[in-house]
Amino acid sequence: MTASSASMRLARSQDRARSPRAGGLRPRIVRRAIGRWLVWALLVVGALIMFFPVYWVFVTAISPGGLAQGAGLALWPSRVDLGVFARVFESQPIGTWMLNSTITSVASVVLSVGISLLAGYAFAKYRFRGRDAIFALMLLTIMVPIQVIVVPEFVIVSRLGLVNSYWSVILPSAAQGICIFIARQFLIAVPDELIEAARVDGASELTTFLRVVLPMSGPLIAVLTILTFVWRWNDFIWPLVALQTPDKFTMSVGLNSLNGAYAHPWDQIMAVTLLSMIPVIIVFLVFQRQFVQGIAESGLK
Amino acid sequence: MTSAISRERDPSIRVEPHARRPHRASAGARRSRRVARVAPWAFISPSLVLFALFAFAPLGAAVVLSFQDVQVFGGGTWVGLQNYETMLTSGLFWTSVWNTVVFTLGTVPTSAALGLLLAVMLNRRLPGRGIIRSLYFLPMVVSGVAVSLVMVWMFNSDNGIVDAFLQAVGLPRVDWLSSPSWAMVTVILAVVWGRIGFRMVTYLAALQGINPALLEAAQIDGAGAWARFSRITWPLLNPTTYLLIVLNIVFSLQAFDVIYVMTGGGPGFSTTVLIQYIFRSAFTDGKMGYASAVGVFLVAALLALTVLRSRLSRRTEDLT
Repeated sequence: MTASSASMRLARSQDRARSPRAGGLRPRIVRRAIGRWLVWALLVVGALIMFFPVYWVFVTAISPGGLAQGAGLALWPSRVDLGVFARVFESQPIGTWMLNSTITSVASVVLSVGISLLAGYAFAKYRFRGRDAIFALMLLTIMVPIQVIVVPEFVIVSRLGLVNSYWSVILPSAAQGICIFIARQFLIAVPDELIEAARVDGASELTTFLRVVLPMSGPLIAVLTILTFVWRWNDFIWPLVALQTPDKFTMSVGLNSLNGAYAHPWDQIMAVTLLSMIPVIIVFLVFQRQFVQGIAESGLK
Repeated sequence: MTSAISRERDPSIRVEPHARRPHRASAGARRSRRVARVAPWAFISPSLVLFALFAFAPLGAAVVLSFQDVQVFGGGTWVGLQNYETMLTSGLFWTSVWNTVVFTLGTVPTSAALGLLLAVMLNRRLPGRGIIRSLYFLPMVVSGVAVSLVMVWMFNSDNGIVDAFLQAVGLPRVDWLSSPSWAMVTVILAVVWGRIGFRMVTYLAALQGINPALLEAAQIDGAGAWARFSRITWPLLNPTTYLLIVLNIVFSLQAFDVIYVMTGGGPGFSTTVLIQYIFRSAFTDGKMGYASAVGVFLVAALLALTVLRSRLSRRTEDLT
């Protein structure tokens, strides 16, 4: 309603614009310029506050003993000590955790992107009995927090003999309702004529998918890969339950094991925190556009 | 043969195949129909297997468990609705429901409002806009564990930077994590920090969908910035706001990592929200059946919200 009255004003405004307005032009321009700079300053201050925790991780890590606040504020260490990174690598199996996180994240991403593309294509372009019911069930799983099913999930994984193995993390996390949803939304837009044309040329259903649909799915694959990589890298609660020895820990689980009872100095904890953040921050900075697009489109974080 | 198949598959040019080559064409058609029936199942089968094993089966089992008394990983005995009765009469359950309400009210409106404010401010040409935007987005990719650890460090009441800052500007120190009443505030702050970027992204996308001519017209018409926002932008953002609020509530009901690492639900039960209570009942108290009953309650609440959301979005689609 407001929108339509505004568009009516659009028509009227053309006459108004020609007549000189009261109040003069100059003060308004000045006021608007001041407003612009005020907005800019607010945004910059807000951005600095938002960035501060990340900065604080970094600064704490490079301060000997972790930049504890005594009298007055200390925002930069009096002495920088980069040796902390060597020390945490010695005292904790950081390299192993990094490797475990990389293996499980990458494998899970490859698996879930692969199966989600296939399933999303079936849901988007075929009619078959029970299609809508199965799709709805898969979407329903988005609403189920892992904590609710963690006990039966653990029983199933242990019956399969997978506890404390990479597969115990990779397989359950590959079933992602949200990925299938995103894939279906994207693949619905693939023109039916192209698929038909491939069939006319005698291509099998699988060849049609591989030769026609897949080459058009670049942006979809990018969005899915980036979103799921960040999610899997940051996964915490399921790996915490499924992985039981430090040599199998992922970065999040290992990081959590440093927490508590002041067992470790803060500079070391923050050094490991920083190391755990670096891969996702790099992925984010390189693929920011796809990441933001994926989040805006799927409406999910 | 292929052309016969294609004709048979395309409903717009339905030529009777029997007319010319009855035998081969019908055999091909039968084959293609069979392929078309089998192919989608082949495509969804990998997902179906993984979902059945790791999502559907555990969810079904959780529902079954909620009617049982279960010793740790041992067999269960049927107790009917007893777990649900215990739940509804448990003081701790209602404490965690109340905490969930407080946590949700603390996180949902604030992160949506801040996200909107930032999106409106950023939705124009500004020096360094790209970098500013990235800085707001960045917390989205930081894991819950990492967020929690740095927040615990910043908010710690012995030598944390936040209290040092408050003191430097002449404000009293606060027991951010050790006082039951402040712990919830601290947890909410940490969660809001991680979420603002997401709210901002969604609002920015919605703002860029608004026709600039509408706003220009109103401006020429003499409408001030506030009038333009409240009369044009805000009503047009309604669908996004509905969506974000419902999604936000869903996220808040599922939020676990930050509370688990920062406070473990404490001090006392002051930050024990429902999801935390479920985990605690299952793993600290070893009451699997009871934990499942609370879990079923939570999933039912989440599903109700989803239904509400689809109703709302249908309504708002009608409006716009």
